[in-house]
Amino acid sequence: MSGVTNSVDVRLVTTAFDPAREIAQFTAAHPAAGGVVSFTGQVREDSQAGGVEALELRHYGPLTLPEMEKLAATVLGRWDLEGLLVIHRSGTMQPGEPIVLVAGASRHRRDAFAAVDFAMDHLKSESWFWKREKVGGRWRWIEPRHEDFEDIRRWQ
Amino acid sequence: MALKLVFLGRLEDAAGEAERKVPLVATIEEVFAGLEPELVAALRADRVKLAVNGVLVRDLDAPVLRDGDELAFLPPVSGGAV
Repeated sequence: MSGVTNSVDVRLVTTAFDPAREIAQFTAAHPAAGGVVSFTGQVREDSQAGGVEALELRHYGPLTLPEMEKLAATVLGRWDLEGLLVIHRSGTMQPGEPIVLVAGASRHRRDAFAAVDFAMDHLKSESWFWKREKVGGRWRWIEPRHEDFEDIRRWQ
Repeated sequence: MALKLVFLGRLEDAAGEAERKVPLVATIEEVFAGLEPELVAALRADRVKLAVNGVLVRDLDAPVLRDGDELAFLPPVSGGAV
């Protein structure tokens, strides 16, 4: 841990956000970091017929953000970071819109790479979001995938 | 004197609504007794979790319910595309 200099910013947002702007601000706020690693997840653009027309994420207020904050604390305890940024959308999104942004700033790159990878695997598999897709004008709920549990097992 | 039930994810479709007020009873079993059998089957399904007032409950027998409690039924989270 780098003590007083590290910072954590965890947000659950219900309107569109701009990942480039967030990364720029985050990077500027951590001049002591040797590097910043970021991951942006977005709604897939599907050119084929029958593609996804919209994606909706639902959350549960009493659980979703508090658990995201716990995850961020775990990440900060495990890797030496100057800063950690986690932004996750809820609500209805169109193809191409950002869903999630995770960024880590660290003195040495490997901490930031690993921290962001770990945070994404756990956000995907364990955070309290329920997802449905609109295809052909009809909404359907998305069930968990086996691969998500495989992803998370890498860290155990 | 009432309880608030919250149905997340696909459970909203099973319930036909995202939230429902039901009369206060002391136990989860008594809550289930007042619901449609198809909905109860969905709520009892493997890996559906329950939170009472935002705290996950491991044992359905454990909580003694009070007026105004919020019971949220949480199916497995979706994971997804990225």
